[in-house]
Amino acid sequence: MKQFIGYIKTFALWELLKGLSVTQKQFFKKSVTLEYPDEKTPQSHRFRGLHALRRYPNGEERCIACKLCEAVCPALAITIESNVSDDGTRRTSRYDIDLFKCIYCGFCEEACPVDAIVETRIHEYHMEAPGENIMTKDKLLAIGDKYDAMISADKAADAKYR
Amino acid sequence: MSDDIVNLEVDGKPVTGRKGQMLIEVTDSVGAYVPRFCYHEKLSIAANCRMCLIDIVGAPKPIPACAQPITEGMKVFTKSPRAIAAQKATMEFLLINHPLDCPICDQGGECELQDLAMGYGRDISRYNDGKRVVKDKDIGPLVSTDMTRCIHCTRCVRFGEEIQGNPQLGTVERGEQVKISTYVEQNVDHELSANIIDLCPVGALNNKPYRYSARAWEMEQRATISPHDCVGSNLYAHVLRGTVKRIVPRDNEAINETWISDRDRFSYEAIYAADRLKTPRIKSGSEWRELDWSAALERAAEVLGQAKGDKLGVIASPAATVEESSLLSRLADHLGTNNIDHRIGRRDVSDQDKDPVFETLGCSIDEIEQQGSVLVVGSNIRNEAPIIAHRLRKAALKGCKVNFANAQEYEYFFDVADYRSGRGLVELLSGIAVAAADGRVLPDSIAKLCKGVSASDADQRIAAALKASDESLILLGAIAGRHAAYSAIRALGAAIATLTGAKLGNVTMGPNSAGASLAGVLPHRTVGGKTRGKAGKSVAQMLESALDAVLLVNVEPDADIHATVDAVNKLKKQKFVIALTPFATDALLECADLLLPIGTFAETSGTYVNVAGTWQSFGGVANPVGEARPCWKVLRVLGNLLNADGFDYVTSEDVLAEIKATLGKVDPGSYKVGGAIARPNGADAPADEIDTPLYSMDGLVRRANALQKTLSAKRAAGSD
Repeated sequence: MKQFIGYIKTFALWELLKGLSVTQKQFFKKSVTLEYPDEKTPQSHRFRGLHALRRYPNGEERCIACKLCEAVCPALAITIESNVSDDGTRRTSRYDIDLFKCIYCGFCEEACPVDAIVETRIHEYHMEAPGENIMTKDKLLAIGDKYDAMISADKAADAKYR
Repeated sequence: MSDDIVNLEVDGKPVTGRKGQMLIEVTDSVGAYVPRFCYHEKLSIAANCRMCLIDIVGAPKPIPACAQPITEGMKVFTKSPRAIAAQKATMEFLLINHPLDCPICDQGGECELQDLAMGYGRDISRYNDGKRVVKDKDIGPLVSTDMTRCIHCTRCVRFGEEIQGNPQLGTVERGEQVKISTYVEQNVDHELSANIIDLCPVGALNNKPYRYSARAWEMEQRATISPHDCVGSNLYAHVLRGTVKRIVPRDNEAINETWISDRDRFSYEAIYAADRLKTPRIKSGSEWRELDWSAALERAAEVLGQAKGDKLGVIASPAATVEESSLLSRLADHLGTNNIDHRIGRRDVSDQDKDPVFETLGCSIDEIEQQGSVLVVGSNIRNEAPIIAHRLRKAALKGCKVNFANAQEYEYFFDVADYRSGRGLVELLSGIAVAAADGRVLPDSIAKLCKGVSASDADQRIAAALKASDESLILLGAIAGRHAAYSAIRALGAAIATLTGAKLGNVTMGPNSAGASLAGVLPHRTVGGKTRGKAGKSVAQMLESALDAVLLVNVEPDADIHATVDAVNKLKKQKFVIALTPFATDALLECADLLLPIGTFAETSGTYVNVAGTWQSFGGVANPVGEARPCWKVLRVLGNLLNADGFDYVTSEDVLAEIKATLGKVDPGSYKVGGAIARPNGADAPADEIDTPLYSMDGLVRRANALQKTLSAKRAAGSD
């Protein structure tokens, strides 16, 4: 008997109809896909995208070359060299993040005692030539300067949870 | 000695200690750790940090373990609630004024306060008032200060008083206002002063050249050996991505205890000096041009091959390792020359046949402390071997009579029994020899030297002191070793030693003079001290004669060669000079024809034999600079190109194993007394003696920026 019902289902294309019924149901529902470059999903203020180095409002670099981010980085993506700066403070002479190695875990941001290294919401970027995956200190500071308003707002939004 | 044993109980376990020990020594010996800041086993007890408070049954209050002598039947709890509460309370007070700047502090990650704060500190500070801020002091080019971080353990102060002997740091004011400070505005300037960096439990005193350049956790720690003096202090190099960032001491109770001299600590700067030679260079006409290694080695082999026999000279540094010395000696043998020497500082080689197999201290380095009387001859010992000077000071503090015979008086921070000075060394020693003979007939060797000499009261006292104690030592220093009348000085020293029952020892030049002698880098002796058929030329004789080729190994002719004057011009007259050197110095550019870059001590593996005859091997710790290669590899390839047998080594350990097998058991031997020595005519003038200043004694320290900025270096250069 079971075998007989099986034959009927096979020849009536029952499985196909079952599948198409899902299609039919979705056909009349509101669409959830987005027209990506024109439309975007909402982002959390905790989104972890491209890195940036921040400055204090007076323009002074925040980073003090404590190297905690380098130590905590599970992918060994950060390389720092430090030295005494011209004004006698502890500063980085090199701060590189290899974006190919980075796994965007956000540990560097967590480890930073001065909120210098942050992960911004920027996730739309690309590299055209070998070597562009290395984010140098200058590039990171430039991103920090350019998106300072966004970063500050995100930090402020998250402040009450910290 | 059963009276000396004390039984007590630590954390419920029975423990025995010796009478007079402090509680913290006993708890340390059984592994019951008690937190501490001010206690240090090499320093006196201060008991001022109060961190080691522990619970003693019957005591009304917790007691500092570092200042509590053990008593019979004592019951101690190191981790009872009362002890922990006391330690936590102490920590809370210490942290009141300590800044929270661990992220920018160089001590961060290796800080005793940081470590203990993890265990004994509160999460939240209950202190809301202003913190104390102390102005930083400039105490010199070696040690940086952040005095706000100071917790007043006074280890640095006690180090100055007890180890250096001249306190350069002290406490001013008291209570809340107490500060560590230099008494007057002077640099901390002693050859061991930078040890306060390691002693400081917090980040108040730190390494200035290293400042902010790396963190403790990211560096690799690799063991190495000091390349400066004959002591062979044990070191650790801290290396970040193949670059030496700093040097710290490695404990070795028999050699350097826990201390190292400042030049051991800071000379690593020379590895990255501006004048490092990075590629082989050859002189064509008056121009220098770079060439690749294979062409350079072929050219070197060609020159050496053509200059076979007596027309070839090899001058090596006593800083060459045993492996390098061994390969050099065999290369010279292969090329059929006996003109090979490492004694670049020795002017008087007239009695070289009487040399011991290698010059030793006469006792081990730690045995210096047990001497009852020491006579130091012709030595600025604090410059030549700071660790030996420190041992001498310890001996003097224990009651050893330390006497000096030097043309010039140098400063020592202990009571010197008698300081004989102002005249030539031979003259000074002959007086002591006459006093030591005390009317007996003088040995033939020195009879001529002492003719008509009478002993002064001081001479009598020195001779009496040497005779009176069972353990006494006569040390001939580097000034004596470089002296134009060294044979007379040594004969006198040996005679005084025989007459008084003392041992005779040398403070040799360079880290591996003993190893070079053993390997046969000598014109009159081959490997193991066996006499050569025909003695070759010494350094001075080589430079005086016209040679077809001279091979210089790690020697700067202008600054290192004291065996003869005007070495640069004499080298210019030689037909072809090949220099294996880490540095392209002006003098070498002037007199050499081919420069091959070799690694410094940090970039090569090797072995040094120190003045006590201890063999100490080390590995390469840093990446080579430029195209520099370890010297032993360069010599191996030269051997291959010259078709020498058995130059197919893979590692320096192979070379070492072979020389060890050849040498077998080595006896340093002793100075062979014999033959009357004539009076040095005019060679005994004090003005003629050569003393190299503390920070210009070898190529590495001459290039260490921090050392060159010290008061000692400036004084020596005459600019301060």
